[in-house]
Amino acid sequence: MSAYVPVLIMLVLAVATAGGMIYATTVIGPKKQFPDKMEPFECGESPIVSPKLRFNVKFYLIGLFFVIFDIEAVFVYPWAVLFKDLGLFGFIEMMVFIVILAIGLLYVWRRGALEWE
Amino acid sequence: MEQVLSTISLRAICPEIIVAAFGLGILLMQSAKSRWMKDYFGYVSLIGVLAAIVMVVKGPASFDMKAVEYSFNNMWVVDNYARFFKVIFLLGTGLTILISMKYLSDESMMHGEYFALVLFATLGMMVMASGAELITIFLGIELMSLSLYALAGFTRTRLASNEAALKYFLLGSFATGFLLYGIALIYGSTGTTDINAISKFIHTASLQQSPMIIIGMGLLVVGFGFKTAAAPFHMWTPDVYEGAPAPITAFMSAGPKAAAFAAFARVFLEALPTLQTEWTAVIWVMAALTMSIGNIIALVQTNIKRMLAYSSIAHAGYVLVAFLAAGELGVSSIMYYMLAYTFMNLGAFAIITVMAGKGEERVHIDDYKGLGYKYPFAGVAMSLFLFSLAGIPPTGGFMGKFYIFQAAINEGYIGLAIIGVLNSVVSVYYYLRVTVAMYFQSPSSTTQGSDAPALVFSPALLLAIVVAAYGVLSLGLFPAKYVALVKQSSLLLQ
Amino acid sequence: MELLMFFIFGVGAVAFALLMVTNKKPVNAAMCLIGVMFCLAGLYVLLNAHLIAALQLIVYAGAVMVLFLFVIMLLNVEEKEGRLAVNILVVQSVAAVVVGLVFLTVVNLPKTDASFFAGMGIPDFGTTKAIGKMLFTEYLLPFEIASILLLAAIVGAVILAKRRIDDAE
Repeated sequence: MSAYVPVLIMLVLAVATAGGMIYATTVIGPKKQFPDKMEPFECGESPIVSPKLRFNVKFYLIGLFFVIFDIEAVFVYPWAVLFKDLGLFGFIEMMVFIVILAIGLLYVWRRGALEWE
Repeated sequence: MEQVLSTISLRAICPEIIVAAFGLGILLMQSAKSRWMKDYFGYVSLIGVLAAIVMVVKGPASFDMKAVEYSFNNMWVVDNYARFFKVIFLLGTGLTILISMKYLSDESMMHGEYFALVLFATLGMMVMASGAELITIFLGIELMSLSLYALAGFTRTRLASNEAALKYFLLGSFATGFLLYGIALIYGSTGTTDINAISKFIHTASLQQSPMIIIGMGLLVVGFGFKTAAAPFHMWTPDVYEGAPAPITAFMSAGPKAAAFAAFARVFLEALPTLQTEWTAVIWVMAALTMSIGNIIALVQTNIKRMLAYSSIAHAGYVLVAFLAAGELGVSSIMYYMLAYTFMNLGAFAIITVMAGKGEERVHIDDYKGLGYKYPFAGVAMSLFLFSLAGIPPTGGFMGKFYIFQAAINEGYIGLAIIGVLNSVVSVYYYLRVTVAMYFQSPSSTTQGSDAPALVFSPALLLAIVVAAYGVLSLGLFPAKYVALVKQSSLLLQ
Repeated sequence: MELLMFFIFGVGAVAFALLMVTNKKPVNAAMCLIGVMFCLAGLYVLLNAHLIAALQLIVYAGAVMVLFLFVIMLLNVEEKEGRLAVNILVVQSVAAVVVGLVFLTVVNLPKTDASFFAGMGIPDFGTTKAIGKMLFTEYLLPFEIASILLLAAIVGAVILAKRRIDDAE
């Protein structure tokens, strides 16, 4: 468990830095509010539409691929840790795994699913 | 009955390798994007299925030797039980591919993914039948289910198909959660996921009463109940079967159901046999409910796909009766019934696919009026499949039911057998309704007049229908041969 | 120390979960879900499941949450002052109570089972090395099946989610 102490320290420092900066700016910074200042800035024009645009649905497919290939990558971590112990056997094993998924990648690419149509 | 122990054995997974390789090959063909290859997806996958059947049947460890071969650190078992079920799955897949080819080109959906996913689903089923370890079985279930979710929504332009995919996916993943939690609890209390080791551990540590294991078992019942579409976990079936493309409905109702029963029986009869008293009552109620709900609701359906969905629920109920009977007779009657059911259901769906036509518009029972005279071949074949589903001799469906109820009575489940027989009588009504429509009702002008497009039977479809009809008839007329086969393949119970 | 950490992460997980279901803004709720995932990762570490903890962060707090946020932004869910119908609320509370009771029973089961938590005795239990060794030797067949499973997921995603799948070049 002691291996996690640096992680914990790092975590605390990161949270403290980020939180502290935000807190500091809100405390130290001048707060003069008037209506024009609070409006979204759009090159001097008054905004015509809500900035909350809907994302393009194409992002969804990209998101799905990200999750799937991320899970694939997860299997590679323990393999990398054990690479020397496993030897050639582990290498072949992983290659089978990777090749199968590479066919998936090839398929996705040739299908045009990576293109922004 | 020799036991061979080895670790890595490519021989043991040879049929699976073939199916996987053909699935990958079709994806590569699709990636090549050449126009002429499009027409060959179906044939290529068919070759794969046939090669896999040959490997299963003629594999080095032959069927007659009753060899039980464990490999991959006891994760994988090849016994006659697995071999027999694999033949059922591959037959179902082969027939599905035959039915699908024309359907896909009619819907201009001839994509390689379809066949690749069908092959991957088949691979999942084969893993379920051969898995000797809960994680392997679980991965098989997931591989099968994921492919089916995508296939259910394959006709993307039809709203019903989208709905089917979404419902199937949401409910299916929920059921998967139950299954996984059940596995986790059993692992938690036995420390192993190996089926034989679980059984041994429960026996030696006398954990039969352990609440953890009983809860785990209950969760497994829920998970498998969903996958086999047994009441009260059957709610998804009608919508999914109705919305999915017709050939996929055929596929789903045959192979995956058989696979779910294969894994269900292996897990419960091999890993948890000592808990039989605990699960008997639950399965008894489930079987009675499943048969009754399926048959009674099927009575009022007007959409033939929906009707067959309820009928498939009812058939799951019959199989649960056989499951309850356990023992050699029970398990072999499950196998006999699933084989017969694969033939008759796929045959019926082959006709439905032709009838439905482009966009699946003609799926009402009224659309079948007068079909018997207009297309004598289709009429006779459909009647044969429906008779078999209803369990009327001399068909495979009759013999299947006969063995199931015989097994049930032998094991003392007379009440359940009576419920089953009553249910089959009820079911005759709705199956015959279609036959009556085909032969004794004239087509109403609105549903099927001169505007109805002529039915076109492609050679592949004809082949599928002939094979299915042959299967149904030979299972009904010459049962002795098949009975000998299933007797050889029954799980070797300790 | 371990007990203290357990309470921090446990209370954190429950608190974030409550914030998530009560939050009306979907993006904020998603952020709270990340908090839940993070606390769960902490709990996994306390259970000696080191690799699982890392995966929890990489896959769930990372990839899955990205997908969630995408979906929220795709749908552009409006912040509506919704109120749940009473009967749904009743069903939900009954379900919550039932599930809670089931969990309580499971947790309170006598831990007499011989090998209950047997794995905890092994010194490197749950480390990346130990899990990797099992995955690549004992469980090599399931591992390869997993690759086909992922492939099927890829194909399914393309088939269901891609806009046009006709073969026009």
